[in-house]
Amino acid sequence: MEFFIQLLNGIQYGLLLFLLASGLTLIFGIMGVLNLAHGSFYMVGAYLAYWLARQTGNMWLAIPLELAIVFIIGLILESTLYARLYHRDHLHQVLLSFGLILIFEELRSIFFGDDVHGVPVPESLKHSIPLTSTLSYPVYRLFISATCLAVAGAMYLVIQKTKIGMTIRAGSTNREMVQSLGINIKLVYRWVFAFGVTLAAFAGMIAAPVSSVYPGMGSQILIICFVVVVIGGIGSIKGAMVAALMIGIVDTLGQVLLPEFSGVAVYLLMAAVLLWRPQGLFKVA
Amino acid sequence: MATTPCRFGSRRDFLKAAGCLTTGALFHHRLAWAQGSKLKIGLMLPYTGTYAALGNAITNGFKLAVAERGGKLGGRELEYFTVDDESDPSKAPENTNKLVQRDKVDVLVGTVHSGVALGMVKIARETGTLLIIPNAGAAAATGELCAPNIFRTSFTNWQTGYPMGKVVADRGLKNIVTITWKYAAGEESVGGFSEGLSKAGGKVVKELWVPFPQVEFQALLTQIGSLKPDAVYTFFAGAGAVKFVKDYAAAGLKGKIPLFGSGFLTDGVLEAQGEAAQGLETTLHYGDGIETPRNKSFREAYSKAYKGEPDVYAVQGYDTGLLLAAGLEAVRGDVNKKSELVAALEKAHIDSPRGAWTLSKAHNPIQDIYLRKVVGTQNKVTSVAHKALEDPARGCSMKKT
Repeated sequence: MEFFIQLLNGIQYGLLLFLLASGLTLIFGIMGVLNLAHGSFYMVGAYLAYWLARQTGNMWLAIPLELAIVFIIGLILESTLYARLYHRDHLHQVLLSFGLILIFEELRSIFFGDDVHGVPVPESLKHSIPLTSTLSYPVYRLFISATCLAVAGAMYLVIQKTKIGMTIRAGSTNREMVQSLGINIKLVYRWVFAFGVTLAAFAGMIAAPVSSVYPGMGSQILIICFVVVVIGGIGSIKGAMVAALMIGIVDTLGQVLLPEFSGVAVYLLMAAVLLWRPQGLFKVA
Repeated sequence: MATTPCRFGSRRDFLKAAGCLTTGALFHHRLAWAQGSKLKIGLMLPYTGTYAALGNAITNGFKLAVAERGGKLGGRELEYFTVDDESDPSKAPENTNKLVQRDKVDVLVGTVHSGVALGMVKIARETGTLLIIPNAGAAAATGELCAPNIFRTSFTNWQTGYPMGKVVADRGLKNIVTITWKYAAGEESVGGFSEGLSKAGGKVVKELWVPFPQVEFQALLTQIGSLKPDAVYTFFAGAGAVKFVKDYAAAGLKGKIPLFGSGFLTDGVLEAQGEAAQGLETTLHYGDGIETPRNKSFREAYSKAYKGEPDVYAVQGYDTGLLLAAGLEAVRGDVNKKSELVAALEKAHIDSPRGAWTLSKAHNPIQDIYLRKVVGTQNKVTSVAHKALEDPARGCSMKKT
C-alpha cells in the first residue's frame, strides 16, 4: 500500500513538473530562445493566485483573470524585449532573462514583501480521501494531476492535429520557408511565447495552495525544470512528459529508499541518460 | 578652533591658507577625540531577501534599547555603519572586512544566517573585534570556535530542541520520528531533541532528512504514515515550515500522530499556515502572552516606536543593546579596555523581555525555554519547558575571566 501511495506521489509531482517544463521546452524548441526567467513566471503565477484569491475570494474566478494577465505580460515582453534577440547569441538571451529574474524578484519584494503567504485550497476540493488508518490523500493533489493531464492532452491535440500546430512545427524547422509561404511567423512566435509563460504561471497558480508563496520560489524550481528539459530532449513536449514523470518517481522513491542520496538522485538520472543519449530521450530533429 | 593661528596676509598665498585649514581640521579632530568620539557600531544584517524582516526587527530592537538610554552607551554617542549581508555566506568575509578594516568599527553586531555568522566569527577571531550575534544559532560560534570577544544574545539550535525531548517523553510518547532539512541547524536541533528524549526514556526510531532547501515532503509524509510513530519532531523555518505544516495536515496525519517542533516552525508564519497550525506545540526562548511587567513595557515601547508588534528577533536585538550597554557602562565607554569590557559583559545580568538571563562560560545565554501552543495567530506560552537551560558548548575550553 505504501508503495502505491509513493508511486502516486511521484506521478503527481512529475505531472506538475511537466506543466512547468513544457512551456520552457516549447519556447526553446520552437523559437530557440533560452528563457531563464521561466521560473519567475511560475512565481508570478503563484503570487497572482495569492493576490487574486484574496481580492475575488474565489479561485475559479481568479484563474481566467490571471491567465489573461500573464498572457498579456508575455505578449508585451516578447514584442519589446525577446523579439530583438532571436538572431543573437544565446548568451545575450541568458543575460536578458537573468536581468528579468532580478526585476521580477524586486517587484515581488516591493508589492508583496518578503514574507511567506499561504493560499487557501478551494472549499470544494478541501477534503482528503482516507487510504489507510493514518494516511489520507488530499483531493486537491488529485485535482492538480487531472488538470496537468488535461493540459498535456490539449497541447498534444493542438500541436499535432491542428493547422496552427502545423504552422508552429514548421516554423521551428524552417523559419524562412514558413515566412515565404505568407505566414506571419513573428506573430506565431509572439503567441507561442505568451502561451509558454502562461503555462508556467498556470503551474504556479495551481501549485500555490500546496506550496505557499515565498521569495525565490521561481529560481528554486527553475533548476529541476531544466533537468526535465535536458533529459526529455530540448524542444520535445513528449520528452518533457516522460522525463517529468521519471524525475517525479525517482525523486520520490529516492527519498524513501536511498535517503542519503535523495538530493542527487535526479542528477544521477540526468547523467545516466546523457551518457546513453546525449541529445536527450526525444530530441526533435 | 580659535587657538589655531591662521591669518591670511594676501590672497595669493593660497598654499599657506590651505595648509592652515588642514592643520585646523586635524587639530579639531584630535580635540573631538579627547572629548569622547562616537562609538562605531557595525550592523551586519540581512536587509534584503528572505530574512529582511528579521534583520529589520533586530535593528529596531537594538536601537530601542539605545534610545531608552538617551542615545548613549557608556556615556558615548553611537555612530552606525550598516551592511546588508544578503544572507550570502560567500560574501561574509568581504562584508565583515568592510566594517572592520574600512570603517574601523568598535563593535560588530550580526547576523541572522548561521553560515554568514560563522564567516563573521572567523574574522572576529583574527582581528579581536568585539562581536555580538543577535540570532544565528550555529553551535560552533559558542562551541569549538568560541572566543573571549565573541558573544551571543539569542540561542543555540540545541537549546530550542533539547527541552522538547523531555516534554514529549513525559507524555508517554516514546517512539519518535524526526524530520528536518539536512543542514547544520536541522541536525543540531534534532540532535538536541534526541538527547533530551533519550534522557527521559524515549527513543528516535527513524531520522528522516530532506535536502535543503527542498520543500517536497509528500514521500516522507507517506513514510511517517506507515511507520506510525507515537509522535513526530521537526525543525523547519520560513517557507519550508509553512508547507510542511500544511502538508502534514493535508496528508491526514494531524490529529493522528502529534507533531512537535522547535519554535521556528510556527514563528512569523502563522498567518500563512492558517488552520493547519492550530494546536501545534513548540519550544522557544520567547512567546506570546508572557505576562511580566518587563515584557509588557517592552512591547508597549516597541509598538509605539515602530509600527507592528515585536517578535522574538526584536527581543534578541533589544537584548544585544542591553548587553552592550552593561559592558560599556562598566568601562565608561572605553572599548580599548578589552579585558575589563569582556569581564563586564560576562558578568552582565540581562533583564530581558523574555525573562532574565546570564551568559555561560562560552558566552551563550543561560535562559528559560518555553513550551508554546498555537492559538489563533499567537504562540501562547503554556509553561516553562526547561528552566535556565545552558548549552553544553561542546568543544569550547574557554573559562570565565
